[in-house]
Amino acid sequence: MRKFIFERLLFLPVVLFCISLIVFLAIRFAPGDPAEMTMQQFATEAELARLRNEWGLDKSLLAQYIDFVKGAITGDLGRSFFGNVQVIDQIKERFPATIELAIASTVVSACLGVLAGALAAVHRGRWLDHLSRIIALFGISMPVFWLGLMLIALFSVYLGLLPVSGRYETRLVLDPVTGFLLLDSLINRDWIVFQSGVRHLLLPALTMGSYAAGIVARFTRSSMLEVLGQDYVRTARAKGLSERVVVYVHALRNAILPVVTILGLQFGSFLGGAAVTETVFAWPGIGKLLVDSILLRDYPQVQASALLLAVTYVLINLLVDLSYALIDPRIKYS
Amino acid sequence: MMRSRALRSFVQNGPAMVGTAVLLVCLACALFAPLISPYDPIVQNTANRLMGPSAAHWLGTDDFGRDILSRIIYGSRTSMLVGVAATSIGLILGTLLGVMAGFVGKKTDQVIMRGMDILLSFPYILLAIVIMALLGPGISNLMIAIGVSRLPIFARVARSIVLAIKHNEYVDAARTLGARDCRLLARHILPNVVPPLIVQGTASLAEAVVTAASLNFLGLGIQPPTPDWGAMVSDGRRYVFDKFFIPLFPGLAITVVVLSMNLVGDWVRDVLDPRQRQEI
Repeated sequence: MRKFIFERLLFLPVVLFCISLIVFLAIRFAPGDPAEMTMQQFATEAELARLRNEWGLDKSLLAQYIDFVKGAITGDLGRSFFGNVQVIDQIKERFPATIELAIASTVVSACLGVLAGALAAVHRGRWLDHLSRIIALFGISMPVFWLGLMLIALFSVYLGLLPVSGRYETRLVLDPVTGFLLLDSLINRDWIVFQSGVRHLLLPALTMGSYAAGIVARFTRSSMLEVLGQDYVRTARAKGLSERVVVYVHALRNAILPVVTILGLQFGSFLGGAAVTETVFAWPGIGKLLVDSILLRDYPQVQASALLLAVTYVLINLLVDLSYALIDPRIKYS
Repeated sequence: MMRSRALRSFVQNGPAMVGTAVLLVCLACALFAPLISPYDPIVQNTANRLMGPSAAHWLGTDDFGRDILSRIIYGSRTSMLVGVAATSIGLILGTLLGVMAGFVGKKTDQVIMRGMDILLSFPYILLAIVIMALLGPGISNLMIAIGVSRLPIFARVARSIVLAIKHNEYVDAARTLGARDCRLLARHILPNVVPPLIVQGTASLAEAVVTAASLNFLGLGIQPPTPDWGAMVSDGRRYVFDKFFIPLFPGLAITVVVLSMNLVGDWVRDVLDPRQRQEI
C-alpha cells in the first residue's frame, strides 16, 4: 500500500509536467492568431507585431513555456488577452462556481442513483425494477445539453418554477467571502441570496447529475443483488429482523462501498465536463470560460483553465484510488 | 455453437432487437439521405422560417427556413460516421498499443502505459476539447479528437487481457513447439482480446456519438451549414422559449440512437461477458 502511494506521488510531478506541456502546445499550435482575432481586419502588420510583442508571443516556444511554468508555480498566470484582466482573478471567480455545481450534481446523482438502484434490486424482476432500469438507461443516453434545454422548457418556460440561467438574481448583492455562493450566503446569513442560489442551482445540477445517476443506479443495483445473496443477509433475516432493517442497514451499507468510488470518479468528470452544462445555463464557471477562451484563442486563459481542471481531476482520482483501501480493507495494492 | 447461442439470445432479447432496428433505420437514413430527404438540408428559404410541424414540413423549419426533418436525416450521416470512425481509431490504436505493452512488457510496457496514464489524467471531454483546439474544427478532426481520447481505455483493456493470458499453459506450449511471436499473437492471444474489446467498443460507440454532439454543440466541431444534431440543438436553443420544437427533434434523434446503441451494447456484453449477465 505504501509503495503504491509512493509510486503514485512520485509519478504526479511527471503527470503535471506532461499536462502543462500538452495544454501549452495544443493552444499554441491551434489554427488562428489571437492578435489578428483581436484587431480584426483593421490592423496593420506593425500593430499586430506590437501586440504579439506585448503578449510575449514573439519569444521562442521554449521561452514562452518557461514563462508559463514559472507563472504557474508562483501563481502569476498572466493577463487575459481580452479584457486585460488577471487570469488568476478570473479563475478565483469562476472555479468556485464550477465546484459548487459539481458538488450539487454529485449529490443529485448519489441520491437519485442509489435510490433507483436499491429499489430495483429489492424489487428485482417486478415493474419497479423495469421502470428504474429504463430511467437509468435514458439517463445515460440523453445528451446533457439537450436534457438541460428540455428542463428549461418544462420548469422555466412552461411551469415558470425555476430560473433559466445564471448563478443568482443579478439585482441581489452579496459580499464574497469564499467565492462559493451558497456558503457565502450562509456566512452572511442572507437567506434571500441563499434561496436564489439554490433555485438557480437545481436545474444545472439535475442536468449534469442525470448521466451519473444512471451509472450509479446500475452499479447500485448490481452491487445490491450481489450483497442480498450473501450469507450474512440471510442470517439477518433468520434472526427475525424486519426487511427494512435487512435491506437498508445490512445490505445497502455494504453495497454502497463500490458506488462511493464511482461517485468520486464522477465528481472529477463533472469538473472536466462542466463546459457543456455551463454553456446551456450560462453558468459562470470555469468550463464555459475555457470554451470561450479557446474560441477567442486567449492563450493564458486556456492554459490556466485547462491546467487547473486537469490537475484537480488527477488529484481527485488519486484520492479516490487511495480511499479504496480505506473504505474496503480487503483491497490490497501492489 | 457460439453463433447460434448469440442468435438465440438476440431473438429472445426484445430491447436489443428494437435497438438494432432503430440503428438499421438510422444507417439507412445515412446511406440514402439524398433519396429519403424531402428537402435540401442546406438551401435556405427565409419565407418559411420558424414554421411549426405541418404536412409540408413534418418537423417544422429552422431560423433559416431549412426543413428540420431533412437536416436530421442528413445529420445521421455525420453522427454515425464520427461515432464509428472515432471508436475505430480508439479501438485499433488502443489495441495495438495495449497488446504491445502487455506482450513485450518491461520498458515498452512502462513507456506506453505511462503515456496512457497521462492521457487518462485529462477528463474525457476536456481532452477532446483540448485536441479539437489543437486541430481546429472539421469532421475528420472531430473523429481524431474523440478517437484519441478513447484510446487509453482500449489500451488498458487489451493490456490487462494479454497479461492475464500470455503465461497460460497453451501459450507456453505453442511457444515451446516453436511458434514465433507473430503466430502466438495472431493465433492464441488476439482471439482472446477481441471479445472484451467488442464489449468496450459498443459502449464507446454511444459515448463517441454523445461526445461528438457535445463538441458540435459547443461550436468546436462540425461547422455550419453542415447538418449535425448537436449543432442543430445549439442553433435552436435560443428558440426554446417559443419554438420549442427546433431543439426538441434533433436532441430526440441523438437520444434514440444512443439509447439503441446502449441496448445493443448491453446485449453484446451479455453474450460475450456472461458473468455480468442480469447484474447490470
